[in-house]
Amino acid sequence: MLIAVAFIAFALFNFTGDPVVFMVGQDATQAEKDQLRHDLGLDRPFVVQFARFVGRAVQGDFGRSLRQGRSVAELLKERLPATVELAVVAAVLALVVGIPLGIYTALHRDSPLAHAVMAASLVGVSLPTFLIGIVLILVFAVRLKWLPSFGRGETVAIGWWTTGLLTASGRKALILPAITLSLFQMTLVMRLVRAEMIDVLKSDFIRFARARGLTERAIHFRHALRNTLVPVITITGLQLGAIIAFAIITETVFQWPGMGLLFIQAVNFADVPVMAAYLCLIALVFVAINLVVDLLYYAVDPRLRVDRTATAST
Amino acid sequence: MRGGALAGSPSTNALVALWRSEAVRALRRSKVAAVAAIVLVLAVGAAAFASWVAPYDPYDLRSLDLANALVPPAWLDGGRTTYWLGTDDQGRDLWSAILYGARISLAVGIASVALAVAIGVALGLVAGYAGGRVDALIMRVADVQLSFPAILIALLIDGVARAALPQAAQSHAALAVLVVSIAAANWVQYARSVRSSTLVEKRREYVQAARVIGIRPMTIMRRHLLPNVLGPVVVLATINVATAIITEATLSFLGVGVPVTEPSLGSLIRIGNDFLFSGEWWITIFPGTALVVLVLAINLVGDALRDALDPRAR
Repeated sequence: MLIAVAFIAFALFNFTGDPVVFMVGQDATQAEKDQLRHDLGLDRPFVVQFARFVGRAVQGDFGRSLRQGRSVAELLKERLPATVELAVVAAVLALVVGIPLGIYTALHRDSPLAHAVMAASLVGVSLPTFLIGIVLILVFAVRLKWLPSFGRGETVAIGWWTTGLLTASGRKALILPAITLSLFQMTLVMRLVRAEMIDVLKSDFIRFARARGLTERAIHFRHALRNTLVPVITITGLQLGAIIAFAIITETVFQWPGMGLLFIQAVNFADVPVMAAYLCLIALVFVAINLVVDLLYYAVDPRLRVDRTATAST
Repeated sequence: MRGGALAGSPSTNALVALWRSEAVRALRRSKVAAVAAIVLVLAVGAAAFASWVAPYDPYDLRSLDLANALVPPAWLDGGRTTYWLGTDDQGRDLWSAILYGARISLAVGIASVALAVAIGVALGLVAGYAGGRVDALIMRVADVQLSFPAILIALLIDGVARAALPQAAQSHAALAVLVVSIAAANWVQYARSVRSSTLVEKRREYVQAARVIGIRPMTIMRRHLLPNVLGPVVVLATINVATAIITEATLSFLGVGVPVTEPSLGSLIRIGNDFLFSGEWWITIFPGTALVVLVLAINLVGDALRDALDPRAR
């Protein structure tokens, strides 16, 4: 699958217009263009270019950005911490808020608060990510002037990794983008936990636990919740990929200097190597996430091990 | 199940009539859905007849006057009754721009869903009916694509296509490119749905009978299978119009969607985003509200329809 993505990434971008035209001035001579084309290796046959691309990509070398003239790997490395920090904080936020809300709405299905939360979640699903970001900026940055609306604030470098979590301004800058990014996932987690919890509470082993005279508390949290969390882990893992994709939007709204913003700028300038590298990286992340989720599933649910061997032999 | 041979236009019409009455009953049952349906009808009507409803023509450059730029809504200081929602940076009446913008958003949303349904249904039918390698190939592509968020794929196709087109053709083709890229990102779910119903239907007697009397596979798929696998797809498509509208707005907001000369709701929000900090909040907030109301109304009506038409959801 990775090779397929790499090929698509490379092949598509080969036909996306001529980057040389973007790079040289209007009055460049044909000779100058040819020279540049030769320097960039763009005059080689397609197969040669692709082989070179894959060979280097494996070593983490994606060539130079056509627009900024810098190494793509270096650019991505510089931008990676910002996106990872944003995505992880957003995911944690979605879980920390989404799971309790899901449990509450499942246990108190008919309370007014639960109805209010469910209605709010429906609105939350209908709100596009970028609009949430804009409204947050308008309220908290423009009107109330409490929080910054763009950038990462001050960052601290630990090796090549830069973090905004250690400075006050960095943490403040993270709040609005993280809320924006997590809101959709939050509603998703909440609805999932609610649906699973309601399902589990109807099952036989819960009725049996009640018959044993366990307290409601023990039933809800020790028995029901534990069985609810297995699918939640899976979905959240898979949603990490979606978070990274939606980070493109959030980063654009908040001018967050992450990989998503880099990608959007690359799209606008037809910066082929950056786009290709970003795609390969995203594909790698998706494959890794799928693998980890499969393994987690395997570890958490012992029944699967039996099932797998059974289906494999038939 | 209805016999495939009978599923010509009379029985299809009867089916539609039945569904309509079911749908109407569902709307009567739920007040929220009824209100949403009324809002939706009004919004679609206002958008469709924008040239009669809107007080100004936002595409008519002669009516634009920079002296009228950035006028606030009528109820604020400096507001004018002639522009009750204010104007944008070029002196365009915001109310008219929203009506025309909603028309483009709706058109792109509906067109892209229709195209996605066409692609998905065709591929799903072929995959389900042919089976074997064809099936494996199509579903393999679908699985790979499904592991990436649709918005990322739409962004990618749109970005690449725009870069590949010559500069002059870009603004003409932008809408078509947008529709195609949103459709290409969303065909998979229809294909999966149709494939699974096809797998069931093709074993039924009427299909076997049709094969025995020597009807060609293309005809069997079109005349006998198609009418019987379309049901779930229609419901799915209704709800997905909302998603498609959000995708369109997001892409336009990111600057890769609709050209600024023909603003959709998303590009209006993008324009307004530049004026957020100078206090002209209305350019963003009113189109944003219009977008949310539209999407929410479609979602609510779609949910009610699904509850009414899908026996499993009851």
